[in-house]
Amino acid sequence: MLTTKETVSTTVGSVDRVGRVVYGFLRSVPTWVLWLLVIVWTVPTGSLFLNSFRTRDAQRGSGWWASVGEGGWTFDNYIDVLSSSRQTGGLATAVVNSFAIAIPATVIPIAIAAMAAYAFAWIPFRGREWLFILTVSLLALPNQVALLPLLQLFAGGVHWTVPGSETVVTLFPDLSLAGTATAVWLTHTSFALPFAIFLLHNYIASLPAELFEAARIDGADHFTIFWRLVVPLSVPALAAFTIFQFLWTWNDYLVALTMLGANGSAYPATIKIASMAGEFGRLEHLLSAGAFVQAGVPLLVFFALQRFFVRGLLAGSVKS
Amino acid sequence: MAEVSLQNLEKVYPNGFQAIHDLSLDIADGEFLVLVGPSGCGKSTALRMVAGLETITSGTLTIAGERMNDVEPKDRNVAMVFQNYALYPHLDVARNIGFALRLAGLPKAEIEAKVGEAARILELESLLHNKPAQLSGGQRQRVAMGRAIVRDPAVFLMDEPLSNLDAKLRVQMRAEIARLHRRLTATTLYVTHDQVEAMTMGDRVAVIKGGLLQQIDEPSVLYGSPDNLFVAGFIGAPAMNLREARLELANGTWTVHLGHSQLPLTDGVLETKPALAGYDGAEIVVGVRPESMEDASLANADLPRLTVEAELTEALGSDLLVHFHLDAPSVDTGDPDVLDDLDDKALMIARVDPRSSVRSGDRVDLAVDTERLHFFDPATNLAIRS
Repeated sequence: MLTTKETVSTTVGSVDRVGRVVYGFLRSVPTWVLWLLVIVWTVPTGSLFLNSFRTRDAQRGSGWWASVGEGGWTFDNYIDVLSSSRQTGGLATAVVNSFAIAIPATVIPIAIAAMAAYAFAWIPFRGREWLFILTVSLLALPNQVALLPLLQLFAGGVHWTVPGSETVVTLFPDLSLAGTATAVWLTHTSFALPFAIFLLHNYIASLPAELFEAARIDGADHFTIFWRLVVPLSVPALAAFTIFQFLWTWNDYLVALTMLGANGSAYPATIKIASMAGEFGRLEHLLSAGAFVQAGVPLLVFFALQRFFVRGLLAGSVKS
Repeated sequence: MAEVSLQNLEKVYPNGFQAIHDLSLDIADGEFLVLVGPSGCGKSTALRMVAGLETITSGTLTIAGERMNDVEPKDRNVAMVFQNYALYPHLDVARNIGFALRLAGLPKAEIEAKVGEAARILELESLLHNKPAQLSGGQRQRVAMGRAIVRDPAVFLMDEPLSNLDAKLRVQMRAEIARLHRRLTATTLYVTHDQVEAMTMGDRVAVIKGGLLQQIDEPSVLYGSPDNLFVAGFIGAPAMNLREARLELANGTWTVHLGHSQLPLTDGVLETKPALAGYDGAEIVVGVRPESMEDASLANADLPRLTVEAELTEALGSDLLVHFHLDAPSVDTGDPDVLDDLDDKALMIARVDPRSSVRSGDRVDLAVDTERLHFFDPATNLAIRS
């Protein structure tokens, strides 16, 4: 006998009612209105996309709609943008740099946050609640405030001269990380952790306790439980956070510019595109092509990870 | 295989709630001991203390003679079956059953052999590559059993393993677990709130209420001579009828006054329970099992009778249950799962021969076998037996 009680409704009645009213209203909107909204919303992106295939002269001479009739498409802009042989582009190298920043800056915080979230949710230790509250409250801290202190930390460490003496105590060693991708990873990691821990904790804490108890009796230690149960069962939450974090680090400009400083060879695509227009906007016709190179990757990541958003991962485990 | 011993176990939660009071049990090697009691009585807590999932506040737990108080669950050599099965949802049946063996680092061939053997015993062979979500309730239950037996543990712990199954499947699995126990002869500690499970499965049954052990004995002894009011009311379905009464000696005959009705006792009753003589003219609680009453037209003519009006009759085929009013107040046994309709309106139940012609609304004479009555002291709630 298979019962399909996976969607147990725990919503309060009033929330349910509001939901029904909203749903009823949306149902009454004719489909063509929605299509109209979709078209209006998409026009700027679509026009930019068309322009990215037009020559500089065509872009300056007429609006994007003109190209629909006259044609004259070219891949020159994309070639110019990506090739490093000409003065114009070098975006290919920058895209590689972006990957070199975004992948570790996504993987490191997820690995740390998943373990921390498991510990906060399932390992009882002294001061657990307060530490968790403290961690989550860091969400309120604006990143910009911490940016320069972090750069100083990475560039020179922290040293404290004991008052009234010549003794200098090194609280944090000088790692000389200024201008390196490592500094960017660490910065992204530290900014991402509070949210990642918060998000994953809520998910992991909702896994059924009996699973962990069964595993403990079966001989699993915390690491085994984490690796063999928590990780496979948290895939939807992990995938969701991966997309968030990858998008955020891929599109980041401020952190990379601050941490990399003058080290242009490590610049990610965002910085490269911003400086691409050149003097007096001489190369501004390349911007649309650059933008689509930049935007394509997160789209691919999103579609690749979409299949991990599966519902009912816990089906059949426990019956309540 | 091993014997398990709980000596003066206590469990106090950090909020000060005491779940277990001075619990002492000895479970022999290979014995099937059932812990039974109403919801919230601490029986699951006791089981989880044996498993190592709850800390022991004080007292001693030994398994196979070794003190286990502070030993990790995985090192206690126990296997547990959970009420909601707790299967690993992302692993198929074979991997669910073999999980513990894999963690123990057994060679692959050996794991396969053991999992295959467990699957054969539990008739899960055709389902080995299914995920839990594809299984029915009974199959999931069997996988949970398989996960326990494959480890060949010293002690099986089962926490209400059948309570999520429907009635028919429960009866089937009850027999299956009993059969499995005979086959494996493993020491088993089984928790349930269902006294039928307790009676049918246990070698011995421990009745617990409010964290206190009430009585531990073989099922027939619990049924035949309960130590106190709670056990009397808890064991047996339909439950024992428990009423306030008065005992009087008049003209050389002891008589139980139940409201306006009277039941003269035979000499045999006082011979087996001489202590009753001390209750002359005193309040007493009388317990009547439903089957100690019979339609008088089908019973021994010597037995004393109660003339009552049948409020409701239920024909079960094998028996006929007759519900009727009696104007003696009913007694609170302290079972929190029983509805609180403890006024005079509470109905008595008699289990009579199905050939009886009594129907709802009829007046009927019920013959009462007074030698099978139970007596309790209303002050102490203890049985008056000697």
